[in-house]
Amino acid sequence: MANQLFWEDIEAGASVPPLVKKPTPRQLVQWAAASGDYYEIHYDKDYALSNRLPGIIVHGALKGSWLGELLSNWVGDKGKIKKYGCSYRGMDIPGDTLTCKGTVTKKYTDGADHVVEAEIWLENGKGEKTTPGTAVVVFPSKK
Amino acid sequence: MTQGSVITDEMRKAIGVESEPTILQIEKEPIRRFAEAIGDPNPVYHDEEYAKKLGYRSVIAPPGFHPQYSFPLKKPSRPAGPRFRSPFTRMLNGGNEYEFSQPIQAGDILSMTSRLADIYERPGRMGPMLFTISEEIFRNQKGETVLIMRHTGISY
Repeated sequence: MANQLFWEDIEAGASVPPLVKKPTPRQLVQWAAASGDYYEIHYDKDYALSNRLPGIIVHGALKGSWLGELLSNWVGDKGKIKKYGCSYRGMDIPGDTLTCKGTVTKKYTDGADHVVEAEIWLENGKGEKTTPGTAVVVFPSKK
Repeated sequence: MTQGSVITDEMRKAIGVESEPTILQIEKEPIRRFAEAIGDPNPVYHDEEYAKKLGYRSVIAPPGFHPQYSFPLKKPSRPAGPRFRSPFTRMLNGGNEYEFSQPIQAGDILSMTSRLADIYERPGRMGPMLFTISEEIFRNQKGETVLIMRHTGISY
């Protein structure tokens, strides 16, 4: 894994190292099998169109899991994710380049925990935030 | 209740009712499959020796892994979740929220209970939309809460 970040290294306004994903229809099918979410709007174009969708769309929970990957890469082996969540506001389609990003909103200590809070989101190739969320994570301290 | 609301008394009565537990056995295989589907190469999800060096008993589940993707050892006698049908047939996932107390490890036996936390309706671009907030609580073999998940379902 990448170098471990410490709580002291992080300031409000800092960026979370972005995570880029380029989903394909094949990956959506792979996700369907791994998650058990076989809803047809994610792999059957005719079905998706008949549901007034632009075509097959990326599973919300897959986007949510990528935001989890963004966070676990950021906190490293010695950090931990306390809580995170996101809303699926906009649809994303395979073939687009999707980027998970984040910005630190505050840092503080809570008992023994060195906590950092962040705004996180996934944006599409046009830079539109389709999947905004928030996270509360804990980093190791140098002290 | 507003006039023309699609929320029935039956739906309101379902709020807060906790399900019987489902018992889930967490295996290495679905964790590896899940990490591969996301495209997350972190060895802690597939390399047991690596995970052990970090102090875990076995591989751990990535954030976003839903334990109910694992095989249930015991299912409730009645199905979990809200026992009513939405008047709408189209569904969307509105959002997910995860609250972690400790990582889920392969070998864990988890008990899952679920409840409908809230239900409300909003006008949407394509007509009225029904929002259901469901919550799942996972406890490990020691009775410790390891994960609370909240899910917003939208039907329209």
